[in-house]
Amino acid sequence: MTTTTSPTKPGPADVQAQLAAFGAFEKDGARRFPAWVTELRRTGIARFAALGFPTPRLEDWKYTNVAPISQLPFKPAVKPSLVALTATDVARFAFAGLGGSRLVFVNGHFTPKLSTISKLSRGVKLGSLAAAMDSDSDLVKQHLGRYASANDQAFRALNVAFFADGALIYVPKGVVVEEPVHLLFIGSADEDGTAAHPRNLIVAEAGSQIKVIESYVSVGSAAGFTNAVTEIAVGEGANVEHCKFQNERPDAFHIATIQSSLARDSRFTSHSISVGAQIARHDINTVMTGEGVECVLNGLYVASDSQLVDHHMIVDHAQPRCASHEFFHGILGGASRGVFNGKIFVRPGAQQTDAKQTNRNLLLTDDATVDTKPQLEIFADDVKCTHGATVGRLDEDAIFYLRSRGIAHNAARRMLTQAFASNILARIGIEPVRKQLDEFLQSRLGAEIRAVEG
Amino acid sequence: MSDSDKTIEQFVQSDYKYGFTTDVETDTAPPGLSEDIIRLISRKKNEPEFMLEWRLKAYRHWLTMEEPKWSNVHYPPIDYQSIVYYAAPKSRKPGPKSLADVDPAILEMYRKLGISLQEQERLAGVAVDAIMDSVSVGTTLKGQLAEKGIIFCSFTEAVHEHPELIRKWLGSVVPYTDNYFAALNAAVFSDGSFCYIPKGVRCPVELSTYFRINAINTGQFERTLIVAEEGAYVNYLEGCTAPMRDENQLHAAVVELVALDNAQIKYSTVQNWYPGDKDGKGGIYNFVTKRGKCAGVNSKISWTQVETGSAITWKYPSCILLGDNSIGEFYSVALTNNCQQADTGTKMIHIGKNTRSTIVSKGISAGRGNNSYRGLVKVSKGATNARNFSQCDSLLIGDKCGAHTFPYIEVHNKTATVEHEASTSKVGEDQIFYLNQRGLSTQDAVSMIVNGFSKEVFKQLPMEFAVEAQKLLGVSLEGSVG
Repeated sequence: MTTTTSPTKPGPADVQAQLAAFGAFEKDGARRFPAWVTELRRTGIARFAALGFPTPRLEDWKYTNVAPISQLPFKPAVKPSLVALTATDVARFAFAGLGGSRLVFVNGHFTPKLSTISKLSRGVKLGSLAAAMDSDSDLVKQHLGRYASANDQAFRALNVAFFADGALIYVPKGVVVEEPVHLLFIGSADEDGTAAHPRNLIVAEAGSQIKVIESYVSVGSAAGFTNAVTEIAVGEGANVEHCKFQNERPDAFHIATIQSSLARDSRFTSHSISVGAQIARHDINTVMTGEGVECVLNGLYVASDSQLVDHHMIVDHAQPRCASHEFFHGILGGASRGVFNGKIFVRPGAQQTDAKQTNRNLLLTDDATVDTKPQLEIFADDVKCTHGATVGRLDEDAIFYLRSRGIAHNAARRMLTQAFASNILARIGIEPVRKQLDEFLQSRLGAEIRAVEG
Repeated sequence: MSDSDKTIEQFVQSDYKYGFTTDVETDTAPPGLSEDIIRLISRKKNEPEFMLEWRLKAYRHWLTMEEPKWSNVHYPPIDYQSIVYYAAPKSRKPGPKSLADVDPAILEMYRKLGISLQEQERLAGVAVDAIMDSVSVGTTLKGQLAEKGIIFCSFTEAVHEHPELIRKWLGSVVPYTDNYFAALNAAVFSDGSFCYIPKGVRCPVELSTYFRINAINTGQFERTLIVAEEGAYVNYLEGCTAPMRDENQLHAAVVELVALDNAQIKYSTVQNWYPGDKDGKGGIYNFVTKRGKCAGVNSKISWTQVETGSAITWKYPSCILLGDNSIGEFYSVALTNNCQQADTGTKMIHIGKNTRSTIVSKGISAGRGNNSYRGLVKVSKGATNARNFSQCDSLLIGDKCGAHTFPYIEVHNKTATVEHEASTSKVGEDQIFYLNQRGLSTQDAVSMIVNGFSKEVFKQLPMEFAVEAQKLLGVSLEGSVG
């Protein structure tokens, strides 16, 4: 079995390397997973073999060249890391004042000794996905891979093939989880090309409520590759807030998908704050499967030096009477590149859709670039859809106003840039997170402005 | 019947079909495309050597290209070998003898558009001697233009009389390597218009007027080239509001505009080709490459288009803003009804300093029509203080149509200010009710709302065309509501 179904058709060297790694993984690490997972993995690697790494010739990757990733000497982190991280190492990545559970994953593997799980309401499940595949096999089987399609995107296919662990959060019907859950992903690569493929599954049943923070940081001495997929199923009338903070080391690679499926009358709020990694690509896709959904996708990206940050959004209004609002701000310094692609899809019959999308970008330097593509595809007539995109510099009038009040030029620029970021952060409903991110960005943007002003 | 039998049958039939026509009409080339056909076209047109060379280079390049598939329009594959690439004008079928012989549906359309009786005759292709009058008007105009040094003639004429100008400017904006259809056009184009405005001359008439008086037997692969020298100004209108019946399904035209220092070109298009029947059968494929180059400082190119016809409209009139302080504008109304599809928009490439561009695009979808705006605004690294404003609005009438927006914004300069706005709305029932209550029929009410929606673009058109374009929208939307 282990050899027969592995795709053997020749492909480019980078694809071959993945296939070889998959063979090794099947022999070694994959043994501990149930048989249905093995099947799933094989479909994933077969799909990846067919797709290959994306190239800029593909419309969805037009502005993001992933060649540096495909050329990495790949080593999937199949086994939990042996790096000895202590609780104090981890503490600096926590959000001050944030209570509740914190699940820590090192190179994609759940690390119980660094994690704290507070008392949970009846029926709430919180823990490692790998463990749950045995203990809650039915639940995981029912949801895993159902929302995020591995068919159309090579990295998602790769994640299906190689995922080792991640978080499972399950909130039963009508349960309100008061304290936010923090999922902390630590990359601790000591060799180039260590790849982690975390896989998270969040299921909020009808009428439940939960807030989840997903943060990605690095501690190791080498550039790693994170290829994460988070699936979120929001039940009828449920309310989920998801906040992602990506702050990996500046030479790391981060590719991630957050796929949500929103049932009737549910509410979903997503925040994506991306400041780290050399190449960061976020696919944030959401499908409204029932009527009356309200969805907010909120995001901020800050890049400098040669960083590239890319957000690709698909908001699929499959049902009538849903509202979606997207707000994305980008601040780009150095020779960085910002990419934004927002696509609102209104299906035939999805009447009374209210969809709004804004993408605003601030260029701080002459070498920074922005490529933005806000898209609308509308197949219903009784809809209100708008989108707007701007690229520009700070308003000279606003700077003049501040200067006329005795504020120095660079201070005025800093204030306006910080305000531009705060617009987005203000929507984060988890106060300790909002506060800490705000402070973090204040200092980061202050440094960016100082770098420009000299 | 086995597959091979079928193939043979088809082969026999197709052979039969063309066998006779080639014999009867000796001035028509056999269908298909090859170097021989291109040589034939060039020879028939008595072209100088450099033209033939250019055509052949284009053809050879075309062979290496693949038909683009990225657009949001769908059509069955085109068989390029079944197209007749050369037909001498005289082989056209004789027109109807008088208006009484013309399809009453077309006459009804003329009446609704308010076209004069005489012009109706000409548009319907009634024998030319019946409209000698307008030809003489045309001649008068030609004299007026020649006096100012303006060259305005057919492309073929220009190749013979002004080869140096053709050689200098042909392909300077849309090279034959540009895209699949532009390469095809370069290889086989039959004719088109050439317009040259010398230094400092302001063209005294809107060339639109002239165009309407002249015959509009536009070829399948036409090519237009307009050159405005330093400080020149020209206002050019292509097409006509009247419906045009045309046997050619694929139209792949190329339009090139060049504006030198301080020159201005205003190019307006009203296109109302046969859109196919209610079920989407037939209709013209309008795949056009239009591009203007603001080569000089302070130059300006403005595109205005009203696209209501054709089964498929696929074009992006663009501006390359090369000169400092140059300006590019694009105003468009595209209407798709029944099964029509439109994928249109513009490209604004900012290269010079202080360049500005404005995009106003109004898409109207009704019936099962699909309307896409696709546009690129690119600010290059050296384009300091570039400014762009884009607005794309879509209006949906009925729940089976689609409106799509694909704007690409690429900014490589921090001093740029680029704004893009898009909205989608429908003709509200309360709006219609309000107008009904004021005594307007639902049809008139829709027409009024749609015209209000498109007003920003219509005001860019020469007056008489704006009036006709308004009526045209009303006529094209007939039957879409109620």
